[in-house]
Amino acid sequence: MDFGFSDDQEALRQSAREVLTDKAGPAVYRTAMDSKTGTDEALWKTIGDLGWAGVAIDEAHGGLGLGLIELVILMEETGRALAPVPFFSTVALAGQLLEQTSGGGRDEALRAIASGGRATAALGQKDGRYDAAGVSVKAARTENGWKFSGTASLVPEAHLADLIVVVARTTRARNPEEGLSLFLVPATALKSKPKPQPSLDGTRRLADVKLGGVQVPADSLLGQEGSAWPLVARALDRTAVLLSAEAVGVATATLERAVAYARERMQFDRAIGSFQAISHRCADMLLVTETARSHVYYAAWALEEGAPDARLAAATAKAAASDAARIVANGSIQVHGGIGFTWEHEMHLFFRRAKFCELFLGDASLWRERVATALAS
Amino acid sequence: MDFRDTPEEAAFRKEVRDWLEANLDREQIQTQLSVGPPEERIDNLRAWQGKLHEGGWAGVSWPKEYGGRGAPLMLQAIFYQEMARSKAPAPINVIGLGMAGPTIMVHGREDQKQRYLSKILSAEEIWCQGFSEPGAGSDLGALRSSAVLDGDHYVINGQKVWTTLAHVAKWCIFLARTDPDAPKHKGITYFLVDMESPGVEVRPLRQMTGTAEFNEMFFTDVRVPRENILGDLNDGWRVAMTTLMNERGTLGFALSVQARIALDELINKAKTLKRNGKPAIDDPVIRQRIAQLHVEIEAMRLSGYRALSTVIRTGVPGPEGSLGKLLWSESMQKLTDLAVELYGPAGLTTDWKGDADLKRWQFAHLRSRGNTIEAGTSEILRNIIAERVLGLPRHR
Repeated sequence: MDFGFSDDQEALRQSAREVLTDKAGPAVYRTAMDSKTGTDEALWKTIGDLGWAGVAIDEAHGGLGLGLIELVILMEETGRALAPVPFFSTVALAGQLLEQTSGGGRDEALRAIASGGRATAALGQKDGRYDAAGVSVKAARTENGWKFSGTASLVPEAHLADLIVVVARTTRARNPEEGLSLFLVPATALKSKPKPQPSLDGTRRLADVKLGGVQVPADSLLGQEGSAWPLVARALDRTAVLLSAEAVGVATATLERAVAYARERMQFDRAIGSFQAISHRCADMLLVTETARSHVYYAAWALEEGAPDARLAAATAKAAASDAARIVANGSIQVHGGIGFTWEHEMHLFFRRAKFCELFLGDASLWRERVATALAS
Repeated sequence: MDFRDTPEEAAFRKEVRDWLEANLDREQIQTQLSVGPPEERIDNLRAWQGKLHEGGWAGVSWPKEYGGRGAPLMLQAIFYQEMARSKAPAPINVIGLGMAGPTIMVHGREDQKQRYLSKILSAEEIWCQGFSEPGAGSDLGALRSSAVLDGDHYVINGQKVWTTLAHVAKWCIFLARTDPDAPKHKGITYFLVDMESPGVEVRPLRQMTGTAEFNEMFFTDVRVPRENILGDLNDGWRVAMTTLMNERGTLGFALSVQARIALDELINKAKTLKRNGKPAIDDPVIRQRIAQLHVEIEAMRLSGYRALSTVIRTGVPGPEGSLGKLLWSESMQKLTDLAVELYGPAGLTTDWKGDADLKRWQFAHLRSRGNTIEAGTSEILRNIIAERVLGLPRHR
């Protein structure tokens, strides 16, 4: 048993932190948030040059051939630095779906991601559901390909993506987990460019992808027709763990700021961090953050190794990390007092990213219910 | 990162399992080791530790020269996991093994190590801990017991409280003030006191569970030889910190396994007990609470591994142990609260029509109130986390 990172993994974390300390952070986030697209093109190029997006993609497709643990490290670090780039949507969402499938343009798409392309996934969900029954986009065969109907909503970074992995229903089935298929849709095939909704996290914008009438060639199908759900579910477990890693990174950086402020801020002639009302709240924030971190590392390892409790571990990690994100973001604003509530202060930037990590793919209650289902069976 | 046992660890785990299988008398556990007033069980438990010692298990990570196995800490942790998994009674000499022994190894003279350590392992001599006093609980530095030099002896006077095993202990690790004029934490000395000395009186202290695990101790003109100081005169606070750091050591691995067993039992209960006519396990709120307990109990297991990896890599137990104890104690209260709630109004009884499970849950429910108080209250642990892990200024 060894609960630690290898020297190479530590080195990756170190170099990621150095790059992001230099090129990301709250000020960069704020600029991106106020920009038209909500992203930092220069930072994305840097990340592309460093090969981060291809860390877990095999070498045959232009990646580094490493694994989920390395991606966890990078997600944690991009979270810490509030990096305003579509790393999550490209690597954790589209990348994981592509990894699970085969055929079609899969290999080419991975190659595109490894060399700096941007991607996302349209899970086709309505009403915020992430299960099979929530998929509302449909695809039907045509003479020389497929034609979609419906709109995928709340797709992260769809306005930035060159490639969109789409989950669509191709056959009506009594069991909603049957009859779903995966497609690779280039942004150029869309009839209208996705227009993001005004988003709480202005650097992680959510857009509707209008797929009605969109046609793609036959080889856009990824994997077997009608049997996509098991691999989508598998991919989303990995996505959830990666998003949880980002949540842990955000929570860590947020708490560090709250603690630093509590050390410096004087009231009643003493640092407010000497008051137990403050220090105990900080201790509790550390507890939920470190708890979530342990869950994330374990889940990443379990998924990578195919451990029997891997799905349960992923659900546990997302539940813990969603709670940690909220608890630490709320608590840290409170520790800062009035200044932490202002637009000028950086606390709300961390709050916004934390909220994305908390709610996307389902909140703590949703994942706890999955934990309960696994335990009760 | 690898959460599997190494081949060496797996072989050791199997060895422990096989040994426990062969040597654990299930019937004896039921009849003699886990029920009845503690004093009647002591002899049996002492014999059980003797058996563990003969098997070479009493001090898995203790150096060979003091009768241990000299094995890595990870194997010690595995031993406690397997003990808990097989529901074997813990070694009776828990204070000796977990606190007095490790402190003597760090601060003791060679003759002290030779004198005390092997008898800790065999449980021939049981130890207790004389730290807390009526006026010095969380604020341990406020202790008032005094030791005054008289010839070759120190004369000790004072009162101690919450002393587990005092009524059967041969030795006591005892903190007394030797310099009344020094600042609070400076003038304290760490003594090894023979409990058979004249002037030592032990009275049982009954807890809210109805049983008496603890005692209070009265020391009146107790004469302790000078050579029974552990470490240096007036340096007792530093020595005591070694003891308290060890208090939250690998034993946590047993606690997290016990918590997991308790949660599994609770889930089974929730399948049979009804709530509004349906199995409680179908109730969404109950499901959320069970899932949250899983999050916390699994975190305990993983935090234990993380803390142990830190010790193995850096050589020192970090204050991370405080996180584990805080998590364990608060989760155990939530778990036993839920268990009793599942019974509905029958949870108001301590024995509902002979339901042995309810009887055990009720005991655990009451007993767990002490979990957030003993071995560092949750408030003290949060102070430690805030000050030593987060680096916040000292509270006032």
